[in-house]
Amino acid sequence: MSLSATTAPPSPSAPPPTPPRRRSRAITLNRLDLKLSPYLYIAPFFVVFGIFGFYPMLRTAWMSLHDWDLIGDHSFIGFDNYTRLFTDEYFWNATINTFGIFILSTIPQLLLALFLATMLNRTFLRARTLFRMAIFMPNVVSVAAVAIVFGMLFQRDFGLINWMLSLFGVDAVDWDAQKWSSWTAIASMVNWRWTGYNTLILLAGMQAIPKDLYEAAAIDGANQWKQFWRITLPMLTPTFVFVVTLSTIGGLQLFTEPLVFGNGNIIGGDQREFQTLAMYMYELGIENLSSAGYGAAVAWAMFVMIALVSLVNFLLVRRSVK
Amino acid sequence: MSVTTRRNRFAVAALAAVTAIGGLAACGKDDEPKEAGGKPSKLVVDTFGEFGYDEIVKQYEKDTGIKVELRKTAQLNEYRPKVVRALATGKGAADVTALEEGILNEFKTNPANWADLTPLIADHSKEYLPWKWELGKAADGRLIGLPTDVGSLGVCYRKDLFAAAGLPTERDQVAALWPDWNAFIETGKKYRAATNKGLIDSATTAASAVMVQQGGDLFYDKEDNVIADKSAAVKTAWDTAVAMSDAKISAKSATWSPEWSAGFKQGTFAATFCPSWMLGIVADNSGPENKGKWDLAPVPGGAGNWGGSWLAVPAQSKYPKEAAKLAEYLTNAKSQVEAFKLKGPLPTNLEALKNPEFTGYTNEYFSGAPTGKIFGESVEKIQPLHLGPKHQAIKENAFEPALRSYENGQSPKDKAWEQFLKDAKTQGAF
Repeated sequence: MSLSATTAPPSPSAPPPTPPRRRSRAITLNRLDLKLSPYLYIAPFFVVFGIFGFYPMLRTAWMSLHDWDLIGDHSFIGFDNYTRLFTDEYFWNATINTFGIFILSTIPQLLLALFLATMLNRTFLRARTLFRMAIFMPNVVSVAAVAIVFGMLFQRDFGLINWMLSLFGVDAVDWDAQKWSSWTAIASMVNWRWTGYNTLILLAGMQAIPKDLYEAAAIDGANQWKQFWRITLPMLTPTFVFVVTLSTIGGLQLFTEPLVFGNGNIIGGDQREFQTLAMYMYELGIENLSSAGYGAAVAWAMFVMIALVSLVNFLLVRRSVK
Repeated sequence: MSVTTRRNRFAVAALAAVTAIGGLAACGKDDEPKEAGGKPSKLVVDTFGEFGYDEIVKQYEKDTGIKVELRKTAQLNEYRPKVVRALATGKGAADVTALEEGILNEFKTNPANWADLTPLIADHSKEYLPWKWELGKAADGRLIGLPTDVGSLGVCYRKDLFAAAGLPTERDQVAALWPDWNAFIETGKKYRAATNKGLIDSATTAASAVMVQQGGDLFYDKEDNVIADKSAAVKTAWDTAVAMSDAKISAKSATWSPEWSAGFKQGTFAATFCPSWMLGIVADNSGPENKGKWDLAPVPGGAGNWGGSWLAVPAQSKYPKEAAKLAEYLTNAKSQVEAFKLKGPLPTNLEALKNPEFTGYTNEYFSGAPTGKIFGESVEKIQPLHLGPKHQAIKENAFEPALRSYENGQSPKDKAWEQFLKDAKTQGAF
C-alpha cells in the first residue's frame, strides 16, 4: 500500500484540479482510514470480548461488593464478602483441593508430555503422524463423556479399577470418600485429556530448534542426554512457559470433572473432599440464589490466585532453565 | 492504490462494524406476538421431567384458539438454572412455569417475581388437598402456584430377591412384615443374615421417608428460622437412619450415584422408598428384563409426601390473566386424571383422587400393583409439612452428606451430627 496520498501535502501554489473543499475532505477521510481502519479490523474480537469477557468481570466485581440475591434485592456492603472469605473454612478447603488436584495433574502431565514429545521428535520413529494424531485424540472427546466413563472406572462396587485391584488382593477403594483417592481419580481424567495436547505443543517447540545446534553438539561429543539438557530444554523455555500458564489457568478452574465424578453434587463429596474453587463459586453464586455476591467474591479471589500462580510459574520456569 | 477504493474499503469496514453492533442489539429486541389488550396468540408452558400435558393442551388449543408451546426440560437440575436466569434478567420466562416443591419454597422468598393468581381465577381452595393448596401461597398471602401433583410414598421391593432370602413376596404379607420402622430394621437384619446384602439402597433415602412422615416443621420453624438442632422430625429421621446403618441393612449406594443406578440391575439391594415419580426411574434403571420382578408395598409408619409440583405465572408474563386461566385448566380434575394416565403424576384435586380411572389404575411393570389405590389411599393421610426456603439445600448439602459420612465410617456419630448442624446453618441462610 502506498502512503503517498497522505504524505504529500496539498501544494498551495499549484491550483488544485478539484475544488479545494472536496479535496481536503478526501484527505481527511484518507487520514481517518489510515488511523482508524486497523482498529476496526481488530474490533470484532474486542467487541465480543468486551461484551462476554470484560463486562461480566466488572459486573462480577460490582456484585462482589454487595449482598446480592440473584432473583431479589441487593444492598452495598463494601468489602465484607472479601473479609468473610478469610475465615471461611470451606473456601480454604476448596483452595487446598484445587491446588492438590492441580499438582497431581499438572506435574506428571507435563513430565509425561515432555517425554512423549522427545520420543515423537526422534527421526527413527515410524508412522510419526499416526502417533501424533493418536496422542491428541483424548482432547477431542467431550469432557462430560470422559468424566462419566472415568466415573464408571472408579466406581466402588462394579468399577474396573477396583476389580483390577482385587486381583492383587487389595480391598475395594471407595474412591470418592477420601481426599487422596478422589484427587487421584480426578487428576487421572485431566491427565488423560491434556497430556496429548501439551505433547503436541512441546513437539512444535522442539521442531523449531535449529538442527545445526544438535549437529555441532554431536561433533563436540555431547551425548543425547546432554543435548536434551543443554539444548532442548533451554530452547524450549518460551513454549514451556506457555504450556505451564495454560495448564495453570485450566487446572485452577477445574469444574466439570469433579462435578460429574461426584454425581453432579456441587459440594463434591460428603465431606467436600474434592470440591474445587470453581465448584464452590458455583455453589454460592448460582445454586444458592441468595449469596450471589459472596460467590462473585470467590470468583475474583480465584482470578487473583490464577494471576499470581501464573506469575510465579513464569518466574520459576524462566529462572530454572536459564 | 487509489483513494476511492480505499475510501470504499473504509466504508465497508464501517458498515460491517455497524451491522455487527446492530445485529447484537437486535438480539435484545423481543419478538413476542403482541395484541394489545386482546388475547394472546400463543402461551408458553415450561415443565421438567414429564407432566403429561401433551394431549391436554391440544384440547385447550381447540377450545380457546390460543396456541400453547410446551417447553420440556428433562432434568430438574437443568431446569432450575433456566428459570433462575429468566427471573434474574427479567426476560425469557414462560407464561406458565412449573415449580417443584424445593424450588417453590426457595422462590417464595421473593414473591414479587410471581403473579398473584387469586384475582385472576375463580376460588378453588376447597377443591384440592388443603395442605398442598396452602403451600402454593407465599408469606405475604399471595397465591403463587396451583397444585399439580404429589409424590406420596411407598416401598418398591424385588419379589425374586425377597423369595431368595426366605421372605414373603405378596404385597399384603410384605406390608405385614413392617408395621413400623423397628420391624423394618428387623426385616433388614434377616435379609442381611440370609444374603449378606443390604435390604435398602441407602440410609439416606430412608431418612427422607421418615422425615416427611413426621409432618410439621422440618428444618425450619413457621417463622423460617433454621431449627435443625431442635426439630423433632429431623431428630427422628436421623436416629432411624443411624439405627439402620448400625444394623447394616443398607447397600450404602447414594441416590443417583453409578453404584445406585447399577444396583437396580445387579440386585445389590432389594427395596427402595418410592414416591410415585420414582416408579418410572426404578423401571428405567432395572430394565425390561426385570419387568414383573418389582412390586409396591405401603411404607412403614404411615403416609408421607416426597416431592410434587405447582404451576405458577411469572410476573414478567405479558398475559397474566390468560396464563392463569391456562394453569387453572391444566390443574383441574379432568386434566389431572388425563396426565396421570399418560405419565403418572399423582392428582392433588380431590375430585380427581376419587375418579375410578385413577383409583382403578394398575402398573404393569410393578407386577400389576394397584398403584392408583395404594398411592391414592396414602395421599389422603399425608401430614402437612412446612418446608422452609432452603429445605432442599439443607437436605442435600448438609443432612444427607453428614449421614453418609457416618454410614461410610468417615466420621463418628457425634461429629457427623455436629457437621450437619453447622452446615445446616450456612446452607439454610437466605
